[in-house]
Amino acid sequence: MAAPQPINVEDLNIYYGDFLAVEGVDVQIRPRSVTALIGPSGCGKSTFLRTLNRMHEVIPGAYAKGKVEINGENIYDSRVDPVNVRRRVGMVFQKANPFPTMSIRDNVLAGVKLNNRRISRSAADDLAERALKGANLWNEVKDRLDKPGMGLSGGQQQRLCIARTIAVQPEVVLMDEPCSALDPISTLAIEDLIHELKQEYTIVIVTHNMQQASRVSDRTGFFNIAGTGKPGHLIEIDDTDTIFTNPANKETEDYISGRFG
Amino acid sequence: MSTTDLESDSPAPQTSSMRGSGRRVGDSVFSYLSVGSGLLIFLTLAAVAIFLTSESMPAVIASQEFSGTSEFSLIEVTLPLVYGTVLASAIALVIAIPISIGIALFISHFAPRRLASGLGYMIDLLAAVPSVVYGLWGGIWLVPKLEPVYVFLNTYFGWIPLFAGEPTAPMRNLASASVVLAVMVLPIITAVSREVFLQTPRLQEEAALALGATRWETIRTVVLPFGRGGVVAASMLGLGRALGETMAVLMILAPGATFSLHILEVGRHNSIAANIASKQAEASGVDMSLLIFTGLVLFVLTFIINALARWIVARSGPKS
Repeated sequence: MAAPQPINVEDLNIYYGDFLAVEGVDVQIRPRSVTALIGPSGCGKSTFLRTLNRMHEVIPGAYAKGKVEINGENIYDSRVDPVNVRRRVGMVFQKANPFPTMSIRDNVLAGVKLNNRRISRSAADDLAERALKGANLWNEVKDRLDKPGMGLSGGQQQRLCIARTIAVQPEVVLMDEPCSALDPISTLAIEDLIHELKQEYTIVIVTHNMQQASRVSDRTGFFNIAGTGKPGHLIEIDDTDTIFTNPANKETEDYISGRFG
Repeated sequence: MSTTDLESDSPAPQTSSMRGSGRRVGDSVFSYLSVGSGLLIFLTLAAVAIFLTSESMPAVIASQEFSGTSEFSLIEVTLPLVYGTVLASAIALVIAIPISIGIALFISHFAPRRLASGLGYMIDLLAAVPSVVYGLWGGIWLVPKLEPVYVFLNTYFGWIPLFAGEPTAPMRNLASASVVLAVMVLPIITAVSREVFLQTPRLQEEAALALGATRWETIRTVVLPFGRGGVVAASMLGLGRALGETMAVLMILAPGATFSLHILEVGRHNSIAANIASKQAEASGVDMSLLIFTGLVLFVLTFIINALARWIVARSGPKS
């Protein structure tokens, strides 16, 4: 496999109908590292995250203009099928959302079985084991793979969702506040997992928790909004240490030092 | 009302202002009213059941099975009617369910928003059309239009027992009655299914989409499993309507009383409801009692169907 390339975002404007929600994002996201996005509520960081796998446009009326290059290919090119983008850019949501009618095993394999891809029983078992091990969940569930996924605890469900995401072997994993509904111990388990995942995947994580951003990420981007009804902007992005100790921008400094937001 | 409230509520001047029996007239009046309304349902149901049972007794007593002497048999009269009723309803459901699910999914997941709401409105309108109108439409317009279809089915698929036999025009057969019944139950099944599909948690659908599911795969992995219980309930509601439907069947079907599987043949079947409606005006004595007995059978039948529906829904409902 060729050396992973960064994600290139150029002049991205994101809309909900007529409303311009995020304006003029230019950023390079480094491969096989963790990039955290922070900022006050409503600043557009989640909206931006969802444009990286074209999930933004599943909301009626929502669309994005601009360029997002993943592996040198603009995913907003008219010839690109969003379904194929989402197979290469996985996503973990704010609230764990395993499929309620499926067992743990079927949840992990759900993405693999889509689009009529055939897979043998033993290959499926191997893949499920590998994905669950990758999500640090294997030891907890190996004896009850056929039990429903909804029977797990909140933190386990979220790791199940991560296993489901990495089972399709994406290049990028997007995480939209993955720990906001979890207790501190489960949060720690997910954060440890993020450290391991970045060996293989490019990770972009949106978080409300600045300590979390400083713990898990290599680079941190700060989004801000001038006021209600105004578009959000990416104010600055830099190495996480720099952002938290010596940010270039006054707004960033105000935010991380807790003067607002 | 309000004056009595005030009188009984105002405390006697000497007693502490916080004392009281804890019962207020308004509360108890309301509670009696609502308990009474609840009881009324049971009383009505009991009244119907008692009427049907007691009025059908003369026929039961006079029947061959009971007296051993009479010339008519309860079973011989009733069973073909039950058969016709269930067969017509079952075929109607087989036609209506897939189409309803299709329409419901189109409205909930495929149609542009404006078209979806217009279509939903039309479906509701379709449910409000009186059955006698469907009867007229079916008997006069639809039956001749279906004739070539039946001839085709009979010629090329005659080896399937359902389409065997000798269909003769006018096609006032069970198949025509079933088609019209299907049109009549379509709106209710569609409306309920659409509501259930629309309630699929957004997060579940996004989970599937984010894994790279196409729209159809999202529906298959998330929407349909979530809506299964609701679709079953909707179908049972439709079945209830089809079983009891009278006018449309009466106006379309040329009656008969056999256990024939040949739904294209005319004069082979009849339904309980249509049979009662066609004969009750002239019937008296034991004949009337016999009609009431078939009514009792229909009553019990719909009761069982409903109980079954509830059981299925309770068993297959979403677990989350």
